[in-house]
Amino acid sequence: MKSSLKLALGLTSAIAASTAVSNAAHAEDLTLCWAAWDPANALVELSKDFTKETGIGMKFEFVPWTNYADRFLNELNSHGKLCDLIIGDSQWIGGAAENGHYVKLNDFFDKEKISMDDFVPATVVGYSEWPKNTPNYWALPAMGDVVGWTYRKDWFSKPELQKEFKEKYGWDLGPPATFDQLKQIAEFFQKRQIDGKTVYGASIYTERGSEGITMGAMDVLYSYGFQYENPKKPYEMEGFVNSEKSVKGLEFYKALYDCCTPPGASNSYMGEGVDAFKSGQVAMHMNFAFTWPGLQKDENVGGDKIGYFVNPKGPDGDQFAQLGGQGISVVSYSDKQESALKYIKWFANKDVQAKWWSLGGYSCLNAVVKDPKFPASQPYAQTFLDSMAIVKDFWAEPSYAPLLQASQKRFHDYVVAGQGSAKDALDGLVKDWTQVFQDDGKM
Amino acid sequence: MLNRTAENVARATPEPLARKVRGISDKGLAWLFISPTILLLLAINIFPLFWAIYLSFTNYRANRPNEVVKNLGLANYQRILGDQDIWIAMQTTAHFVFWTIMLQTLIGFTLAWLIDRKFRGHAFWTTLILVPMMLSPAVVGNFWRFLYEPQIGLFSYVISFVSGIPPTSIQMLSNVSLAPWSIIIVDTWMWTPYVMLICLAGLRSIPEYIYEAAEVDRASNWRQFWSITLPMALPFIMLAVLFRGIENFKMFDMVNLLTGGGPGSTTEVASITLKRQAFESWRTGYSSAFAIILFVAVFGLANIYVKALNKVKQR
Repeated sequence: MKSSLKLALGLTSAIAASTAVSNAAHAEDLTLCWAAWDPANALVELSKDFTKETGIGMKFEFVPWTNYADRFLNELNSHGKLCDLIIGDSQWIGGAAENGHYVKLNDFFDKEKISMDDFVPATVVGYSEWPKNTPNYWALPAMGDVVGWTYRKDWFSKPELQKEFKEKYGWDLGPPATFDQLKQIAEFFQKRQIDGKTVYGASIYTERGSEGITMGAMDVLYSYGFQYENPKKPYEMEGFVNSEKSVKGLEFYKALYDCCTPPGASNSYMGEGVDAFKSGQVAMHMNFAFTWPGLQKDENVGGDKIGYFVNPKGPDGDQFAQLGGQGISVVSYSDKQESALKYIKWFANKDVQAKWWSLGGYSCLNAVVKDPKFPASQPYAQTFLDSMAIVKDFWAEPSYAPLLQASQKRFHDYVVAGQGSAKDALDGLVKDWTQVFQDDGKM
Repeated sequence: MLNRTAENVARATPEPLARKVRGISDKGLAWLFISPTILLLLAINIFPLFWAIYLSFTNYRANRPNEVVKNLGLANYQRILGDQDIWIAMQTTAHFVFWTIMLQTLIGFTLAWLIDRKFRGHAFWTTLILVPMMLSPAVVGNFWRFLYEPQIGLFSYVISFVSGIPPTSIQMLSNVSLAPWSIIIVDTWMWTPYVMLICLAGLRSIPEYIYEAAEVDRASNWRQFWSITLPMALPFIMLAVLFRGIENFKMFDMVNLLTGGGPGSTTEVASITLKRQAFESWRTGYSSAFAIILFVAVFGLANIYVKALNKVKQR
């Protein structure tokens, strides 16, 4: 009996001791929160080097895109300690800065000689600064992203289709330079039989629940002349949001949805778009650039079969693209801010950034993207660079959420449900957005 | 063994405490036992309700905990009652509640009446009919989303086969006119068995001798149905309508999974609007006011209905 007791006590002590050792070893483990997608897997791979260099373990909390904002904004609002580092969406920056969720990084950047001039300017404005265009930094640009297009190069290069297209439209079938051309191509492919299968023109964003249709419609509206506000008078939206040009842009988006999308594509966002393209349903596909590495590697539609093009020009020659992507921030409620800042310092390193790009992440560091070898490094690299040069972003105001909800409703009501006119939708949007800014005391 | 344990407990209880326990009345003992439950209910039901009432008079936003909370008086309520979108959401909800109750009651009662005939294999059919009700709404929503898929969905294929319309034209979830019906169909498929069960209980509660007496009086089957079956089963039917009405007024999961409120705002019921205001736009005070309005509406209507139900039962 005594020996059994001794054995039990010995085992318990051994287990307790090993747990204590294990806890001590992992006391400085950092948790990084992000969306669950391909780049996140690349980051897991990349971060192994950080652990090797510093001995600091990395844990990851990845949440599907559909719950990403809900989950992590709740976490931040409740001052949760789950995330030491967070890769937050570009629109969150205003709210996160004003509500004290993120650590301000200016002093740290100065101390570590990390210069924001070393990063692509659009990503610094989009992911790091609040207020915009002021040197107040709350994040390090982490994942550059932008809406662009992929197309079926193999279909476009079929001689019989090229001939038919030229006869019908009078120009050579190829990546479109303008939205009018894009629509012509989409119409040309809509319900066409290719390799014994019915195919469709284009997959575009139409999702209602989170931000999908706004990202898609804005991608077109910017190039048609949409502006969020009077450049000379902030928050004055009348005549800008609902300008004649904006109305034409929204009408175009609806026409594209009506004429040339696959059946049932009324709630389509990133995942559905990838599925439509991968399954060989569509000739063209609107999506964020992060999807391109996966599509390039795809056995059925990748390799030589896929091509990439920048968001086309509007009727007046304006050309913009919707900014995506995120910056990495240190959560102010974390008890491990020192280690989290070490990670940021490590991540900003040129070699790490170069490896980040090679693994499938999109670096925002000039030294990487301006390297002469960069455009040839991947078939989509040049399109990514060109797209990042023309980006615009949605409101990054602290009240971005109600602003986004309003545009989701107005756009979906008009584009997908066909209720009212484009003018009604944009007039309504001005009304909704005005209400939001009035609630905030900004108007 | 049990007695010995009780004796041991009694022996181990300190004398002052034992005296106190012996002095407790039955009523006191009852309160002692139910007080933890009452405390729990107060903490998780009553307190949040009063907290929500308080928030409904403020501009509080859960995503801005550092902001000063201002008292707005009745402004949130005024804004909700003057908001056209809210009224459209209420109309959409009423449309769903009406049609789902109508269909579920009709089909549910008919099924119960048929099953009550006790034909051969009725137990098997009863079990089979109950299956949809036992599934999780998340599973049902995703399952039907695939069935409605215009290119690969079985539902579109069957309708196409019967009607000759190409399946890609049958866009149940994307079409403004069809989308509300796509949800009504799924809800009816899932919850008709529930109504059937309650109606079946009602039908089985009717004493056999009443029918025997009617037979003696040579009442026709039709007459027996109208004069015995329906009136005696009516309280049960009304109970089913009450349960389903309250549930469908709160309908969220099915709509969220199938259409997310779309296309446009065609299927945006009150609960979806409430969720968007509360957890996407983060207007906590405003959404609390909306929740209170919904609560009062359901509570008021349910009360009126229960009074009517009691009258029917007393007849």
